[in-house]
Amino acid sequence: MTTLTHSPHAHAPISIGKVMATVMAALVPTTLYGFWLYGWPAIFLWSVAMASALLGEAFILRIQGRAVRPALLDGSGALTAWLLALSLPPFAPWWVAMVGALFAVVIAKQVFGGLGQNVFNPAMAARVMLLISFPFEMTLWAAPTPLASAGAPDFMQGLAITFGAAGWDAMASASLLGHVKTEFSRGLDLIHSFPGQFELATAAWGSRAGSLGETATLFILAGGLFLIARRIITWHAPVAMLLGVAIPALIASGIDPARFLGVWPHLLSGGLMLGAFFIATDPVTSPNTGAGQFVFGLGCGLLTWVIRSFGGYPEGVAFAVLLMNAAAPVIDRYVKPRIYGRTRKGAPQPVKEG
Amino acid sequence: MNLLSRLKLRGGVHPVGRKELSAEAPICTLPLPERLFVSLQQHIGAPASAVVAVGDQVLKGQLIAASQGMVSAPVHAPTSGRVVAIGDYPAPHPSGLPVPTITIEADGDDHWLDFDPPADPMALSPEEIANRVGAAGIVGLGGAAFPSAVKLNLSRKSGVTTLIMNGGECEPYLTCDDRLMRDHPRAVVAGILLIQRAVAAPQVLVGIEDNKPEAIAAMRVAATGTGVQIVPVPSMYPMGSEKQLIQALTGKEIPAGGRAADIGVLVHNVGTAYAVHEALSLGRPLVKRIVTVSGGAVSVPRNLEVLIGTPAQALFDFCGGYKEVPARLVMGGPMMGQEMTNPNVPVIKGTSGVLALTNQEIGRPSPAACIRCSTCVRACPVGLLPLEMAAHIRIGDLGAAVDLGLKDCIACGSCSYVCPAHIPLVHYFNYAKGDLSAKERAKLKQEATKKLAEARNERMDRIARERAEAARQRAAKKAAQEAAKKAAKKAAAEAKSQETEVAA
Repeated sequence: MTTLTHSPHAHAPISIGKVMATVMAALVPTTLYGFWLYGWPAIFLWSVAMASALLGEAFILRIQGRAVRPALLDGSGALTAWLLALSLPPFAPWWVAMVGALFAVVIAKQVFGGLGQNVFNPAMAARVMLLISFPFEMTLWAAPTPLASAGAPDFMQGLAITFGAAGWDAMASASLLGHVKTEFSRGLDLIHSFPGQFELATAAWGSRAGSLGETATLFILAGGLFLIARRIITWHAPVAMLLGVAIPALIASGIDPARFLGVWPHLLSGGLMLGAFFIATDPVTSPNTGAGQFVFGLGCGLLTWVIRSFGGYPEGVAFAVLLMNAAAPVIDRYVKPRIYGRTRKGAPQPVKEG
Repeated sequence: MNLLSRLKLRGGVHPVGRKELSAEAPICTLPLPERLFVSLQQHIGAPASAVVAVGDQVLKGQLIAASQGMVSAPVHAPTSGRVVAIGDYPAPHPSGLPVPTITIEADGDDHWLDFDPPADPMALSPEEIANRVGAAGIVGLGGAAFPSAVKLNLSRKSGVTTLIMNGGECEPYLTCDDRLMRDHPRAVVAGILLIQRAVAAPQVLVGIEDNKPEAIAAMRVAATGTGVQIVPVPSMYPMGSEKQLIQALTGKEIPAGGRAADIGVLVHNVGTAYAVHEALSLGRPLVKRIVTVSGGAVSVPRNLEVLIGTPAQALFDFCGGYKEVPARLVMGGPMMGQEMTNPNVPVIKGTSGVLALTNQEIGRPSPAACIRCSTCVRACPVGLLPLEMAAHIRIGDLGAAVDLGLKDCIACGSCSYVCPAHIPLVHYFNYAKGDLSAKERAKLKQEATKKLAEARNERMDRIARERAEAARQRAAKKAAQEAAKKAAKKAAAEAKSQETEVAA
């Protein structure tokens, strides 16, 4: 029995596994830097997230009676857990990572039908779930204590932080956005609360309190540019998302610098850079066309700025992305490429005489 | 039109070219095979009809099957010899279904029929050029195999401002046009000028992908002083597609559902120009073509000048056979060509290449789930949403796929080529197009049946009415006759009684 084949009789050397592996490779510098910056607890936390996601996905695939190996080997579950881990406070307890990773792959991804079927970005859905359910653990930031530096937790202390109930002295720290929000609630405006808080170089290199992999802005930017160069992602969503934050920040801080943060603190803080290059570019939950992705990114950016500036939470990237995920099908409905030989509206192009 | 908006192709992909396998060896003539299998359906349109009988001796170039109908092309004997069979033979089609074929046993002399070519073909009238192109059985040699004379006639009537010669050859592996332009540039240009004369085109552009610098250089030399412009175009698949090449060279688009003639453009392949030159300057009909024999499984890939009707296997054998067992044999290029399930299918006029590909070259991973990465959207040269169309076709919603532009799909395969999930997208689209046209045919048939039934009912009604009318008329006539008879009788009786009265 011969099976009927069909052209093309050739294929580009690409596969889903390779796409995911490239994205993970782009995350490696950021992640290693995060490990160095926050030490053993960060390594344990990341490992717990990865292991939980893979085991959880294998389990749910088996229950569904679907092939386990190909789904695990495509790397999508691992990438989701990886991104989630990077968005967690580095000293968070192990069960936060586990619950988050399981929620991401089981509820946010497999329940929707598996790879390619989910409406919401699994990592961001999990992060929002964790933030709403465990606000205390999710906002407990550690000041960076690089590996082997004085005061850094050693291996055993790291185990105690991640797996034990013990707290850690260095935990009494706040992220920049969190600090600003707290000071507002105490009635202090930016003129009084902000001096000395923001230094461009510190923010760019990420040696400050924040999520495991969100602080090293330059490393994330480099990873994103690498992905653009490898044509895994396009510039549309990241550039639009950064613009979506930068433009309103520029205008608002120009009008009222005591009330609104400027462009650079916005761009270099929180999860914006990671969100722009690694979350808003998630193929499954973003629009299909370049123009659509631009609209999507712009929406993510604007919502991020609105939530940061007016919302109850200091950070808004995850919420913004989820809201725009819901809007992606609508964007796809209205933003379509013009078909060859047709007008934008789809009618055949008129034949010009002469 | 500035240069930035020109020479640009929307979407497109960069498949691995592998043209170096066969590009460097000059064209070489395949020795005469013992038997030639000349298909009567080598072109788009009605099949030709045989004008020879089994047992007839034919000369090379002799007409053996005549063109049938408006869109069709005649077929000529590729060599001298004897007709040994007229009947079905497997055609180069993935179904492997047979088509009517004339089998000729070569006598080895390869003796041409005597021709009387015109002294100066350029002195012929445009109509005469088109007629001779048609009589020579020339069809589009780029692969589509549309009868060239039909195109020339249509375009002459609608007017052509730009004649585009397609030397794009964007399919990987194929180098037959490249080699033709390198080895016979003067003949190609001569053919181009004849086509230009046939349609009175003021401008002639020859689009050649910039991965063929030798061909561009050779053609530039040959075209010097003729007004024919050689335009290098970016190497990007599917640059050699008619719509895309027009867009790249002129910035114009063919309106949806329209033809190139609608925007005053005519596109012919450079191989067709060569055939036109042979037909008009030498009087020789189309009985041979250049075929690329390539692929990772072929020992010595090269370009061969091959008689139409030669079995593909003979080409592979001449190139040293296989160096490993081929995983797939393909006729045409790897992007749009068709698998040959039978290596003995004959070369036809549209055969640009025969490929023996290895497993590694075709790569057949199993399809995975769509991750909506929209790589296919970026690759589509037409501006379609392949992932959305395939999703609708998968659930049988062909109407939605049509709304998304299914009918504008040129089936170039770019989307399938780049899909990281290895979804056979273009397979879905061709399936849907086939299903839609089958449905359309069924609908037309149903309408025709309905019309016939209605006509029959009407006819029966009319006949019944006419019968009733005739019967009524007959009855009336009879009644009138009887009345007249009665009246006559009565009159006679009255007359008699009067007579009696008188007598009394």
